[in-house]
Amino acid sequence: MTLFLQQLMNGIGNGVVYASVALALVLIYRTTGILNFAQGEMALFSTYITWKLTDAGLGIIAAIAVSTLIAFVFGAIIERVLIRPVEHASPFVILIVTIGMFLAISSITVTIFGDDEKQLPSAFSERAWSVADVSVTLEFVGLVVVLAAECLLLWLLLQRTKLGLGLRAVASNPESARLVGISSGTMLMFGWAIAAALGAIGGAVYVPTTPALTAGSMQAVLVYALAAATLGGFDSPLGAVVGGLIVGVAEALAIQYVEPLHDITLVVPFILIGAVLLFKPTGLFGRRIVERV
Amino acid sequence: MSVLKVHDLRGGYGPVRVLHGLSFEVNAGEIVVILGANGSGKTTTLRAVSGMLNATGSVLLHGEEVLGRSPERIARSRVAHVPQGRGTFPELTVEENLRVGAYSRSDSAIADDIDRWFGVFPRLKERRHQQAGSMSGGEQQMLAVSRALMMNPELLLLDEPSLGLAPLVTQELFEQLGTLNRTTSISMLVVEQNANLALKIAQRGYVLEAGLIVASGTAAELKSNDEVRKAYLGMA
Repeated sequence: MTLFLQQLMNGIGNGVVYASVALALVLIYRTTGILNFAQGEMALFSTYITWKLTDAGLGIIAAIAVSTLIAFVFGAIIERVLIRPVEHASPFVILIVTIGMFLAISSITVTIFGDDEKQLPSAFSERAWSVADVSVTLEFVGLVVVLAAECLLLWLLLQRTKLGLGLRAVASNPESARLVGISSGTMLMFGWAIAAALGAIGGAVYVPTTPALTAGSMQAVLVYALAAATLGGFDSPLGAVVGGLIVGVAEALAIQYVEPLHDITLVVPFILIGAVLLFKPTGLFGRRIVERV
Repeated sequence: MSVLKVHDLRGGYGPVRVLHGLSFEVNAGEIVVILGANGSGKTTTLRAVSGMLNATGSVLLHGEEVLGRSPERIARSRVAHVPQGRGTFPELTVEENLRVGAYSRSDSAIADDIDRWFGVFPRLKERRHQQAGSMSGGEQQMLAVSRALMMNPELLLLDEPSLGLAPLVTQELFEQLGTLNRTTSISMLVVEQNANLALKIAQRGYVLEAGLIVASGTAAELKSNDEVRKAYLGMA
């Protein structure tokens, strides 16, 4: 039982990370219709900036704040410079662009920061409590709280603010949005900027729970996040969160209880993606496009 | 005083020229209809006016040249365009659609205006929390018009409001538009194939054929024009 709870907790810990990356994927997908394969690498680059800042002597919290801000700006620039020119191109062209960004950002990261392992300090102290024989670390609680707050803020932004209304309007009908005076370009820039900032925070709280920061730190996360978004439904922020948690827990339990999967846990997300596409292609919370004539 | 004055408007899609030099105007408080068959350039004309299409010539709003400005900038000059088919945001609720309509406004009367259009179109009020995309074509057209009116426009551009609507719904919609025009000072430019209904509420009209204005006059004149009667009113 203790083992089960421990694994469940590991699963939730990873799950919130997958959820936050999936949330960024969904945010960009909903506003631009683009599947951003570079989301993980964008987060990786921001995490390296966070590391560089702490390495230069800045406190970890301040470093996260600064790198989040930098990510926000870079996200906007990426939209403006790389995405805007292909905005109306075919989905395949855009797909190639985001895969190109994935490769480019990955290489740039290694070129700038090197390919050796780095230790990113945690934003949380090493306190831990023992609850029912399970060790609950402050790190874990912090991770869950930070990412839950991130999701909540994003939800409030989208559902309760004027900026969010504009973002959703552009996502729903870009032409009509322009006809009511909403500058769709500005909205899309905001969407990318927010997604990049989410990635920076997610990376900075996730990486310290892993052995080290390396160039490959976010690659598996992206695969799990894609599984999470597919499971939850690509147009549903709530789905991204629930999907992330399910994928995280499924992964942890599969490692523990399914002997053959011990060393190939990356199979788990692919099985999930396959199953969702087979049985419920819109995902758990995805909406079928309703249209009446 | 003309709200909209278009002169020698030319434009099209890529190498295909659709408009071959149109001139027309809409005076303050007027409903003007542009009649024309499919492919005559009606939609293209409206798109050029609201900045969705690259065109040459001149489009004056209150005497100010707006040709070449972005659609969002023209919209902020209080020009509302209800595009052909559906101009709604299908994933947003009815109420959110109306709030999006007021996006570029910053005054405090937005909530009152939402109630106002709910009063005019009670069906929308019943469905205020429903996704716009799940409503019938007629309801969506009413929503698209209300959404455009939330902009507090001086000029309303309507692209075939009758398209795909049942005859009774179309009639109701046109009656509402006529009432709106009488009770507010909103000028309207309506492009329509349903000449009967459109000429009932319009003061003046133009006939568009293959990108050129071939006839113009008051609604009464157009109704008695033999060519118009034959081509658009189904009378010999």
